[in-house]
Amino acid sequence: MTQETSYPWRQPGAPPFISINGISKQFGNFTAVDNVSLDIYKGELFGLLGGSGCGKTTLLRMLAGFETPTSGTITIDGVDVTQLPPYQRPVNMMFQSYALFPHMTVEKNVAYGLKRDGIPRTEINDRVAEMLKMVELTDFARRKPRQLSGGQRQRVALARALVKQPKVLLLDEPLAALDKRLREQTQFELMNIQDQTGVTFIVVTHDQEEAMTLSTRIAVMDSGHFMQIGEPAEIYENPATKFIANFIGSANFVPVTVLDSAGAQLQHEPSQTVFTANPVRTDTPDHTGPNHTDPNHDARDYTAGQQATMALRPEKILIDKSPLTHCENQLTGVVREIAYLGKLSTYRVETNIGLTMEVSAPNQVRTAGIGHRIDWDDPVHIGWNNNSVVLLAN
Amino acid sequence: MSQQLSILERITDRLQTRWQALVTGIPFFWLLLFFLTPFFIVLKISLAESIIASPPFSKLLQWDDGGLPSISVTIDNYAYLWEDSLYVRTYINSIKIALISTLLCLLIGYPMAYAIVRTEGTARYILLLLVILPFWTSFLLRVYAWMGLLADQGTFNSFLMWLGVIDKPIRLLYSQFAVYVGIVYSYLPFMILPLYANMEKLDTSLQEAASDLGAKPVTGFFTITLPLTLPGIIAGSLLVFIPATGEFVIPDLLGGGNVLMIGRVLFSEFNANHDWPVASAVAIALLIVLVLPMMLYHRVQAAEAERQT
Repeated sequence: MTQETSYPWRQPGAPPFISINGISKQFGNFTAVDNVSLDIYKGELFGLLGGSGCGKTTLLRMLAGFETPTSGTITIDGVDVTQLPPYQRPVNMMFQSYALFPHMTVEKNVAYGLKRDGIPRTEINDRVAEMLKMVELTDFARRKPRQLSGGQRQRVALARALVKQPKVLLLDEPLAALDKRLREQTQFELMNIQDQTGVTFIVVTHDQEEAMTLSTRIAVMDSGHFMQIGEPAEIYENPATKFIANFIGSANFVPVTVLDSAGAQLQHEPSQTVFTANPVRTDTPDHTGPNHTDPNHDARDYTAGQQATMALRPEKILIDKSPLTHCENQLTGVVREIAYLGKLSTYRVETNIGLTMEVSAPNQVRTAGIGHRIDWDDPVHIGWNNNSVVLLAN
Repeated sequence: MSQQLSILERITDRLQTRWQALVTGIPFFWLLLFFLTPFFIVLKISLAESIIASPPFSKLLQWDDGGLPSISVTIDNYAYLWEDSLYVRTYINSIKIALISTLLCLLIGYPMAYAIVRTEGTARYILLLLVILPFWTSFLLRVYAWMGLLADQGTFNSFLMWLGVIDKPIRLLYSQFAVYVGIVYSYLPFMILPLYANMEKLDTSLQEAASDLGAKPVTGFFTITLPLTLPGIIAGSLLVFIPATGEFVIPDLLGGGNVLMIGRVLFSEFNANHDWPVASAVAIALLIVLVLPMMLYHRVQAAEAERQT
C-alpha cells in the first residue's frame, strides 16, 4: 500500500467518506456539541477522545441517528443522513452497555438486524455463522447473553453490529467494561477485525492510551469543540494547546518570554535563564484543509517579548548524575520524589532555577536490592535538546 | 484473638438464625391461623348438608347412639352447582367480565406505565403519586362516587343533556357497562404498578439497538419491548383478573340485579337463602377456578426473582 492510500487525510482534496458540517446540538440551554466540522475517510479507525461531558457521545449519537442535530448536516458516502431515523442509516453501533437482547440467544441477537432487512433465512444463517466464527463464539451460539463473560458479550455486540456490513461502525467506549489485560488484547482484535472488514470505525473513548493505540486519527474534544484533530503521533508530539499537552500524556509547563521571532530564544523571567529551542512542527506533514483546527498552526511566527509556555514531555528530558554535555539545555537539581513504575521511573526534580520538573527515564539496569541508580535527594543534571521543546501560545 | 472472634461470630450466627426463624415464622403462623383455618372451616361447611338450625348446616362429626363417631360428608352442594345452569352461567360471566376488564386495564395501563417511565425528574413521581392517590380514600366511597356520576340524574347524563346531545337520560348505572367502568377504574393501579416496576428496569439502549439494527418503532416494540415487559404484563393482569373475578361490591352497587357475578351469588346464598353449605361450595369452586392463574402468577414472580439474581 502506498502512503497516499493509507493516509488519505494527508492529501488535500481527497474525497471524504463521512462529512460532518457545522454540527451543533443543544439540550435546553446546554450546548453539548458546538458547531463542529470533520471529514472522515473510508477505512479509517477514527477516535473521538475526551472527558465525560465533552460532547463525544452526543456526536456519536447524532451519527447513529438517536439525536437530531440542532443545526448542521451529516453526509455518509455522499448521502445526507441528517434527518434519517436510525433504522434507515447505513450505520451500526456497538453500545457501551452492549445492549444485547437478554431474551434472545447469541445467534438470534446477531441475526436480528439481518431479519429486519428481510434477508432469506439460509443467507442469514450463513452470515451469522461466519460472523460468530470471526469473533470465536461459534460454540456459544445457543447461549443467552447472561450466560456469557464480559469479553464474550463484547464480541457478540461487535458481531451483531458488523453482520449487517454497515458503511460505518460506531463504537461507544468499546473496551471500558473489560479488565486491563482483556482490554489490551481486545484492542488488537478490534484493529484486526477493522482491517479484515474494511469498515470505517468511529470509536468514542475517554482513555487516551486506547485512542492512541487504536486510531488512525484522533479528534480531542472538550466542551463541545474539537481541540485538535490529527494522527496520534502528531497530537502527542505537536499538541496545539496546554489542554491537549496535559490531556494526552503529561508535560512540564514553563512560562517563558519569547526573545526572537523564530522562538529560538526563550527566557524564564524569574531566573533570567535563557533556553534555546527549535519549536518547529516535526515529522508530520504540514496539514491544511478543513480538518486542521490547530489554532497554533502558524506558531512559528512569534513576536519578540511575547509571553508563551514551553512544554516538555517528561521522557524527552534526560537525567544523569554527571553533566549532560550533549544536551543543548541543561539544569542542575535535586531529586525530590521518585515513582518507580517498573519499566520506567518518574523523578520529580527541584532545579536550581526554582522550577520543579518531571523527568522519566527507562530502568535499563536492574537495581533492585542495590538501591536506585538515582536516589532521593541525589544532586542530578537534567537536560533536553532544542527539538524537544513545544512552544504554546498563552 | 482470632479464636475468640470466631466464638463470638458463632454466637451471633446462631442468634441470627434464631432471629431469622422468628422473623419468617411469625408471618407463616399468621397465614396458618388466619388463612388456612377459615379456609378449612369453609371447606367443611361446603361438604355439609343444609339444615334449619343454628348454625344452619349439619355437623361433620357425629356421635351415633352406640357412642361411635361417624363422619357425614356430602358432595351434593357441588353437584347442585354443576346442575343448576345459573351457577355455571354466573361463573362464566364472572370470568368473562374479569377477562375483558383485565384486557381494558392492560390497554389503558400499558401506555400509561410506559409514559410514566419515560417521564424525567420529579414529574415522574407526581404521575406515579396520581396513580396511587385513589387508595387514600375508601374503595367503597369511590364506587359510591361512580354511582353519582353514572346515575340517570347523575353528572354525565346532566352534562350530556345540557350539551343537548341527548334529551332524556341514557341508562349508565345498573348495567354491564357500569360494572366494566367500576372494575377498570378500581383495578387500573394494580395493572400500572407492576408494569411500571418492570419497565423501569428496561434498558432504553435495547430499543435504540433494535432501531439501530433496522427495526422500525413498531417492529422494535413487538420484538424487544413487549417480550421484555411480559413479566410485568402477566403480573399486572393476574393482579387485576383474580380479584375482579370474585368482585362483589362493584357488581352489587353498579350492576344492580342486572349483572350476574359470582360474588353477588355467594352473598345472596349466605344472607338471603341462608344456605351456608351451597355458599361455601360456591366459594371453594371459585377458589379452584382461580388456583390456576394464581399458580401462574406465583411462577412468574419466582422466575422474575431468579432473573434478577
